[in-house]
Amino acid sequence: MSSTSNTTTISTVGPPSRRNTELAMLVFAVIIPVFAYANAGLALSDEMPSGMLSYGIGLGLLAGVGHLVVRKFAPYADPLLLPIATLLNGLGLVIIWRLDQSKRLAARAESIGQVYAAAAPKQLMYSAMGVALFVAVLILLKDHRILQRYTYISMAAALVLLVMPVFFPAKFGARIWVTVGSFSIQPAEFAKIVIAVFFAGYLMVKRDALALASRRFMGLYLPRGRDLGPILVVWGMSILILVFETDLGTSLLFFGMFVVMLYVATERTSWIVFGLLMSAAGAVGVATFEPHVQQRVDAWLDPFAAFKNGTSDQIAQALMSFGSGGVFGTGLGQGNSDLIGFAANSDFILATVGEELGLAGTMAFLLLYGLIVERGVRTALAARDPFGKLLAIGLSAAFAIQIFVVAGGVMGLIPLTGMTMPFLAYGGSSVLANWALVAILIKISDTARRPAPTPAPSTDAEMTQVVRP
Amino acid sequence: MNKPLRRIAIFCGLLVFALLLRDNWIQYVQADDLKENKHNRRVLIARYGQPRGNIIVDGRPITGSVETNGTDFKYKRTYKNGKMWAPVTGYASQVFDANQLEKLEDGILTGNDDRLFFNRTIDMITGKEQKGGDVITTLNRKAQEAAYNGLGNKKGAVAALDPRTGKILALASTPSYDPSTVAGGSKKDEKAWTALQPKNNTDDPMLNRALRQTYPPGSTFKVVTAAAALENEKYTDIDEPTESPLPWRLPLSSKNLENEGSIPCKNATLRQALRYSCNTVFGKLGDDLGKDKMLEQAEKFGFGKEVLTPVRTNASVYPEDMDRPSNAMSAIGQYDTRATPLQMAMVASAIANDGTLMKPYMVDSLRAPDLSIIERNDPEKMGRAVSPENARKLQDMMQTVVKEGTGTNAQIPGVEVGGKTGTAQHGVANSKNPYAWFISYAKGKDGSPVAVAVVIEGSDTVRDDIAGGRLAAPIAKDVMKAVLDSEK
Repeated sequence: MSSTSNTTTISTVGPPSRRNTELAMLVFAVIIPVFAYANAGLALSDEMPSGMLSYGIGLGLLAGVGHLVVRKFAPYADPLLLPIATLLNGLGLVIIWRLDQSKRLAARAESIGQVYAAAAPKQLMYSAMGVALFVAVLILLKDHRILQRYTYISMAAALVLLVMPVFFPAKFGARIWVTVGSFSIQPAEFAKIVIAVFFAGYLMVKRDALALASRRFMGLYLPRGRDLGPILVVWGMSILILVFETDLGTSLLFFGMFVVMLYVATERTSWIVFGLLMSAAGAVGVATFEPHVQQRVDAWLDPFAAFKNGTSDQIAQALMSFGSGGVFGTGLGQGNSDLIGFAANSDFILATVGEELGLAGTMAFLLLYGLIVERGVRTALAARDPFGKLLAIGLSAAFAIQIFVVAGGVMGLIPLTGMTMPFLAYGGSSVLANWALVAILIKISDTARRPAPTPAPSTDAEMTQVVRP
Repeated sequence: MNKPLRRIAIFCGLLVFALLLRDNWIQYVQADDLKENKHNRRVLIARYGQPRGNIIVDGRPITGSVETNGTDFKYKRTYKNGKMWAPVTGYASQVFDANQLEKLEDGILTGNDDRLFFNRTIDMITGKEQKGGDVITTLNRKAQEAAYNGLGNKKGAVAALDPRTGKILALASTPSYDPSTVAGGSKKDEKAWTALQPKNNTDDPMLNRALRQTYPPGSTFKVVTAAAALENEKYTDIDEPTESPLPWRLPLSSKNLENEGSIPCKNATLRQALRYSCNTVFGKLGDDLGKDKMLEQAEKFGFGKEVLTPVRTNASVYPEDMDRPSNAMSAIGQYDTRATPLQMAMVASAIANDGTLMKPYMVDSLRAPDLSIIERNDPEKMGRAVSPENARKLQDMMQTVVKEGTGTNAQIPGVEVGGKTGTAQHGVANSKNPYAWFISYAKGKDGSPVAVAVVIEGSDTVRDDIAGGRLAAPIAKDVMKAVLDSEK
């Protein structure tokens, strides 16, 4: 009997490692941003940008290091995650660099007494740090199941991360930053990962209790009070974040992620119904007495009213940016997305994509994000341990919700919430956290696709052999 | 756990799908609306991203463009002698939009017009900047200068036409403004703009008085009344006595219609009545004809209609609903009769052109950046105001006015000039300063090359009917001379 038959999930001969596929994809992921950089430079000043070579080499090096580490420490990892992340990060750098050249933004910064500093070099540094964190996670995290041990430490860490910004001054109307000197981070981005670890660990243990120990009431399975406790705590927490930090996006993200993981863990639709009911109640409740949230909702309902009553016209500007881009866009460097003004390179960076790369480019970007999510869900499906499944789906769902909330906000589909496009937008916390997120997904996918070790030759086999005459 | 996982996968797919749908909605379906939204600065940025085409008079541009170092707008509109040409060009401002020719021909001037598509495509392929086309006007530089300088610091307007074609030769309005001062987007431009607004400036310099302001035409309207009398065969001979009593009592009233001073109006002939500007004769004539016939004649001269030159003019009015005394007053250009200077120039030009009224226009042709003509405006007949015989009778009468009547100030040696003065009462019980009017035409061997209307507001010197002759006629004379000189 041949041992190569591949009918079981665990086999000694696994799928091909796909490392060379990844390498080929990475070549594209580096070349495309380099061309984009040249394109933007030519459009803006009629000459090749001076940093062209160093930018190309830098991005190539980051990608190369990432690839080598994956080859060594996660040889069976999904081959698409790293190239897509590299491509997004590289194009993000190009767009941030392009916005750095905007005279309009410079004049604007000057008029409010700020020094206009180029963001692209800083973003390049953050990207390098992000890749370093990616490498560190791959090397140090031998097996993702280790994280299971830190379930309750994660909970504590997440609480600390989430509560921290309350003690720091609000910036731009939202209390989501921790500022130390000139250095500031957004703890919520990291909390996203830490809290996923906690949820995965907690739910893996409690899933049976949550799924089975319930009473049937009006067609729904009502869980016991003590099992319901944690979900109420999380719900309360997200409301609190919303109230104290006026951070609609983050609370939506955490709550959505928890509901998704709960549903996957228990396989009970009733949790989704509860989740929706509670988030609706929370959202309506907060929206009625929180002016910041009300403003956002008003701006969403009628973006162009801003020109009449003098409120922020960012949404209207972003919409006009998208509209002016049309189907094929104006070309990199040739749009006027900097009219959005403040936050053009962070919250609203997608508007630049929309204007300069058009409908075609924006859809490509959305599909790239969709691909990351899809590879994440695939990883969850392939993972063999419930913890890995839960962690992978939690992170993927968080990623998907974040994309939806940010892009939907900028495009006027839902009220704006003030989060940033992963990898694309300017911001250290975001880049670092998302590289770490991708690293964890890669690690889980590596474990999932890794062939099982060859069973040790059984000594008993000899003994039971039937000797035929 | 795989079944819920697959469902979550579908959920995530739906989220992305919703984004893709929304993206298609705003970037494809709504794209044009958003692109042209009035709050979208890109429209302006594109408009001032390249030098604007020029507005041209007598082969030379009266506009220009300068490069600025602003962040949004690369080029700014400039005007040569902007105050003089403002009623023709209008303004094009980086922040306050544009008006008149600058606005109406914006497509040509920016190069965005569909007819310039071919040029644009060529420019795009060869990598050149998009260029705007030019608007070539019908105006006469010398005539415009005469009109503008003649008005000087008085408040008023001048409109001059070529009666044979309807070409507008001069269009002046004072006090005026320099469109250059509001062309940019700086604080200075904003201040200038605020200062020009009617609520901050009683002179309202941005009002195009030649086209948009209607005045009571006063005695100049008697020409229309005379035309109605001849057309309706009330009188056929301009030298037969009109059997008008003096004093003449307004119908249904206990008031007499007064003449200005003691002039020989009793039983005056039409010629004499126009020469001395007899209110009694023309008032009675209007009453005899009735308001319907008066209205009909006024409309034949263009009253009651807006004219697109292409800059829109306000419609001049001969009132429709009124009683007999009001009609009699209206027939001498008082009561509610109102006319724009251009309208009165049209009256003079129809008479000078032997009764045929040509449609006034000021854009001769539109020219692509490569100097090819993409549109040419041809003279267009607007209608027949009076028969040729009656036109000649009216000319005869108007020439008498200039030769030996109230309009002697418009005489040009060796040229047949016909004219009519007017001083329109203004304000309740004639309390405000009257408007001094003069309409005239000059005639050479092959028809008349020029008809002019001049109105001066608020000159506080004289109130009698001679005022039109004294204040307005010299300006009309200068304009006519300028045109005649350039005809040679």
